[in-house]
Amino acid sequence: MLVQEILKKTPLYEEHVALGARIVPFGGWDMPVQYEGILAEYQHTRSAVTLFDICHMGEFTIEGDCQETGLDQLVTMSLVDLPVKTCRYGLLLNNQGGAIDDLIVFRLEQNKWFIVVNGATTQKDAEHFRKNLKQPNSFKDVSSQTGKLDLQGPLSRDVLKTLAPGIEKLNYFSFDHFDLLGERALISRTGYTGELGYEIFFPWNKTKNLWQELLKNSKVKPAGLGARDVLRLEMGYSLYGHELEENISPLESGLNRFIDFNKNFIGKEALLGQKESGLSRKLIGFVCENRRTPRAGYKIYSATEQDIGVVTSGTFSPSLNLGIGLGFVQSDHGALGEKIFVGDERNKISATITGKSFHKNTSLKN
Amino acid sequence: MEVEDHLLYTKDHEWINIDGDVATIGISDYAQEALGDITYVELPTVGDEIEQFGEFASIESVKAASDIFSPMSGKVIEVNEGLEAKPGMINKSCYEKGWIAKIEITDMDESSNLMTADEYRKFLESVELN
Repeated sequence: MLVQEILKKTPLYEEHVALGARIVPFGGWDMPVQYEGILAEYQHTRSAVTLFDICHMGEFTIEGDCQETGLDQLVTMSLVDLPVKTCRYGLLLNNQGGAIDDLIVFRLEQNKWFIVVNGATTQKDAEHFRKNLKQPNSFKDVSSQTGKLDLQGPLSRDVLKTLAPGIEKLNYFSFDHFDLLGERALISRTGYTGELGYEIFFPWNKTKNLWQELLKNSKVKPAGLGARDVLRLEMGYSLYGHELEENISPLESGLNRFIDFNKNFIGKEALLGQKESGLSRKLIGFVCENRRTPRAGYKIYSATEQDIGVVTSGTFSPSLNLGIGLGFVQSDHGALGEKIFVGDERNKISATITGKSFHKNTSLKN
Repeated sequence: MEVEDHLLYTKDHEWINIDGDVATIGISDYAQEALGDITYVELPTVGDEIEQFGEFASIESVKAASDIFSPMSGKVIEVNEGLEAKPGMINKSCYEKGWIAKIEITDMDESSNLMTADEYRKFLESVELN
């Protein structure tokens, strides 16, 4: 029997088709993986500005005090000291300390919160919030009303300020509401590419107008999820389902700086236990000695060809002109400069363990 | 999708250009388009004996890795070394500058197992309908 999954479509689906995009299933959605080509879209993001359809991601709101509602106890980052109109990255953990998702929490007002989660995990995250909040009625899933476009690249500010004057004052990880095409838009200076950029939250049924308006500017080109993955991987950013999972601890993923151990949160006991007993594996970055692309699922072998781990993400890095990747290795391995092999029985690529950030000196903090 | 008239094709989207005993091999426009940006080509070695439809090279793109099969049996006499530094040449010019290898053909009769340009065009239509 052929069971076909019914895939959800963003309000821009027809736009993508008209632009000649190649559409692929991604986390339950029909999404554009590329338009003119992954490398061209990559280059345009690093050198100019591109526009991404990110409508598949989920958005929640919570009204009330972060501790009284129980929000603070569900996420790993500190919220009580988060200034209004800024946002912070963190994790949603289960009792075993595994990542249910990674997310960004925005403080709209003293007692009003906006939460952005991954597309494929939106439903399970919403269930987790409703089940574990002290005031479940404070929670709303607004994903189906909220469109999201990411405008990313060194020219993004110049392009966006013509439509939304005032965005040039936004600092990294801050946001505000702006009048944009007559609608109220939440615009944050955040992104997943490593370049200067903005994420724009807009009414779902008006997102098509915004997409068309931004693409009218000849500097802006559309970019797909293929380029997005190369861009994020060059920066060493984790992707849920790869470097983060329910059976992976964020300590293993090296995300300690997004965890506030001075407060209580679900999963804290488990993480403290892991700290006490020591971690069995850790996330590393590696650079291949040639242009070959390591693939997720490849094994990682030591210099003496012992199986020591697994590749979680891999790509060709246009910036280095070499293959790069992330993966987990046993904790007794992973020193910077350690020589490894990645591959399968048939094919092994020589590589060197490096830091997780492969591409530096971007426009991110310009 | 471009299909060159004077070439023969395989169902795996390789082309071969037969010129006497020698033939040049590459991948079709359909194949390079499906692979996307090509980032690495593993070329055969000069002197390799290859069989018809046997694996003889591999190509990696940002999205995928793909084995390349030889349209005919023969001995590799030349490889396109320029592809090592510029694998994207296959995307830009799959029928000309993006050729992969030249072989000395061992059995000319094998060409009857290949598609003409017209047959390959019909084959592509059926592939795209599925």
